[in-house]
Amino acid sequence: MLKIKNLKTSVNDKTILDGLDLSIKPGEVHAIMGPNGSGKSTLANVLSGKNGYESSGSIIFNGENLNDISIEERAQKGIFLAFQYPLEIPGVNTNNFLKTSLNTVRKARGQKEIDTLTFLKLIKEKSLELGIDEKFLSRQLNVGFSGGEKKKNEILQMKLLEPKLAVLDETDSGLDIDALRIVAEGVNTSRSNENAFLIITHYQRLLDYIKPDFIHVLSKGKIVKTGGSELGEQLEKSGYSNLEA
Amino acid sequence: MKTEKDIDTNKAYKYGFTTDIENIRAPKGLNEDTIKFISKIKKEPKWMLDWRLKAFNRLKNLKEPNWQKPKYPKINYQDLYYYSAPKSASDKPKSLDEVDPKLIETYKKLGIPLQEQKRLSGVAVDAVFDSVSVATTFKDELTKKGIIFCPISEAIIKHPDLVKKYIGSVIPLTDHYFATLNSAVFTDGSFVYIPPNVKCPMELSTYFRINASETGQFERTLIIADKGSYVSYLEGCTAPMRDENQLHAANVELIALDDAEIKYSTVQNWYPGDKNGVGGIYNFVTKRGACRGKNSKISWTQVETGSAITWKYPSCILQGDNSVGEFYSIAITNNHQKADTGTKMIHLGKNTKSKIISKGISAGKADNTYRGLVDINSKATNSRNYTQCDSLLMGNKCGAHTVPYIKNKNSTSTIEHEATTTKINEEQLFYCNQRGLNQEEAVSLIVNGFCKEVLQQLPMEFAVEAQKLVSISLEGSVG
Repeated sequence: MLKIKNLKTSVNDKTILDGLDLSIKPGEVHAIMGPNGSGKSTLANVLSGKNGYESSGSIIFNGENLNDISIEERAQKGIFLAFQYPLEIPGVNTNNFLKTSLNTVRKARGQKEIDTLTFLKLIKEKSLELGIDEKFLSRQLNVGFSGGEKKKNEILQMKLLEPKLAVLDETDSGLDIDALRIVAEGVNTSRSNENAFLIITHYQRLLDYIKPDFIHVLSKGKIVKTGGSELGEQLEKSGYSNLEA
Repeated sequence: MKTEKDIDTNKAYKYGFTTDIENIRAPKGLNEDTIKFISKIKKEPKWMLDWRLKAFNRLKNLKEPNWQKPKYPKINYQDLYYYSAPKSASDKPKSLDEVDPKLIETYKKLGIPLQEQKRLSGVAVDAVFDSVSVATTFKDELTKKGIIFCPISEAIIKHPDLVKKYIGSVIPLTDHYFATLNSAVFTDGSFVYIPPNVKCPMELSTYFRINASETGQFERTLIIADKGSYVSYLEGCTAPMRDENQLHAANVELIALDDAEIKYSTVQNWYPGDKNGVGGIYNFVTKRGACRGKNSKISWTQVETGSAITWKYPSCILQGDNSVGEFYSIAITNNHQKADTGTKMIHLGKNTKSKIISKGISAGKADNTYRGLVDINSKATNSRNYTQCDSLLMGNKCGAHTVPYIKNKNSTSTIEHEATTTKINEEQLFYCNQRGLNQEEAVSLIVNGFCKEVLQQLPMEFAVEAQKLVSISLEGSVG
């Protein structure tokens, strides 16, 4: 599904990713761990096509090179990024935003746009699944949301848009145990043989709830170690410093 | 093909003139003869002509104001035509192919029907519009309720007492250069009278006015809501209007008596000039409402997206005790457009309240100024004002300015002023893009969110169109 080869990325001539390789197959859950400044969020941004990065190497998504593909087209092709800091957009109703987003993606996939009533039914269903209070859907997008509500909203959007590859950028940071469970539940109930997850995190904590197939350790822009879910526990004990070359 | 004669007949119906006046045009220049000419063509009574001449005499002693932010080249008033009958078909573009393709593209995006596109862009059309018959139907319904809704030229003849009593009572003859100029040479406009305790059953719109087009340059509107009545009036059209006249100096006067309410909504989308700032309308309009009676209310809502220069301050004079004035505004400037707009809230009565919500959006090389006055008189005890001015900047070549004047002569009054200036946020755009929205959809979403409090004030059917218009006005301004 995703093949990253020798990805080098810099911002203002400062190298951040330095020859990263990563392969993700459908049905897999990958976790990326690593210390601050190792390039985790940059990887998430580069995957989604954010401007402001100089990149070389290749990112192939379902057989297609993403190099010249815009942010929105990548999203429409099924790449979803759950933001570390979801943005507030004043005056924009959350339901409205979700509906617009869903219909744009549906249209790009050649599906019919759905009407408001169908949408409201669908969103109610999804919020119920996640145990999210649907009241916040009628509020302005992320405005005045608590940190936990913002992250839950990201997971709700993920469930709604049904992406092929979901990238979660430190979705667990700043969450209490209940919110963490909701986020994990959201991922676990979405897992299938056709989609994949890339979970970026600092801590083992989230991985107690989501069992990854692979854990990669990112350091200085490279993956320096890959292992199964046991690697997480090991890191929790010994820290990152032992792994750095 | 229709013959020339048929076309003239249509016009005669549309504008209410007889065919032999059709080709007459007042001589160039501003003088007593021009004014007499206009008055004569309109078959006005003597008092109206005298009033116009009084304004003209006053005008001789007035100077054009010069304190505004957007400057413009000097206008030669002797080089203008102050009255000209609608252009004959031979002068107009023959088909839409001769009209600026950019304009046509915008019409298509707004979903304007082809026939309407032709009318707006000034193409010679040889059919009577459906709207004319629609207007007649509505007029019957209004007449039953005693509501008068007609061209002001007609009201001057048929309802002289009402016109005499109220015209110039809110904007005096001596007010300022452009208002006085309008009083001397105004050609036509709307007149509305709502009798006591009548709620006008529909939104009154210039769209339904029979003489809707080409009265634009010196338009005059007078709306009177008698005791306990209510009216909502819509001015303008979301489609861009092409017009040959560069200067527009309209006067709008509203009068609300005891317990009456007037809601006045405008969508202004005159030709803004091209991308390089060539051409475009100067929209120098005087709009003022008097809450003359107790518990009366006047609410202005404006969406200003057109014109090269927009210069106007729809105002409320809160004379009656407990009266309420509101001003909701969206002013969008793109490319080389300039706007200096805001409101004046003059509190004279006790317990008067005013609310100002202004949203200015500036893109390209445009410049947008909010200028407002809140003036609380010593007798206006316990009055309140709340002002919120938000500016949104797109790109780094545009400007936004806020100039609030606040005068308070009363210690029991409360005044609040909030102002923000923000730049459209790259991260917000990224967030929207990541959810599948393209750049234009994202900008439209964010800007419409920014304007929401004002858009909500518009009547339903207008609000949807206005939202589209907001998006279209800003196309291509980011990225």
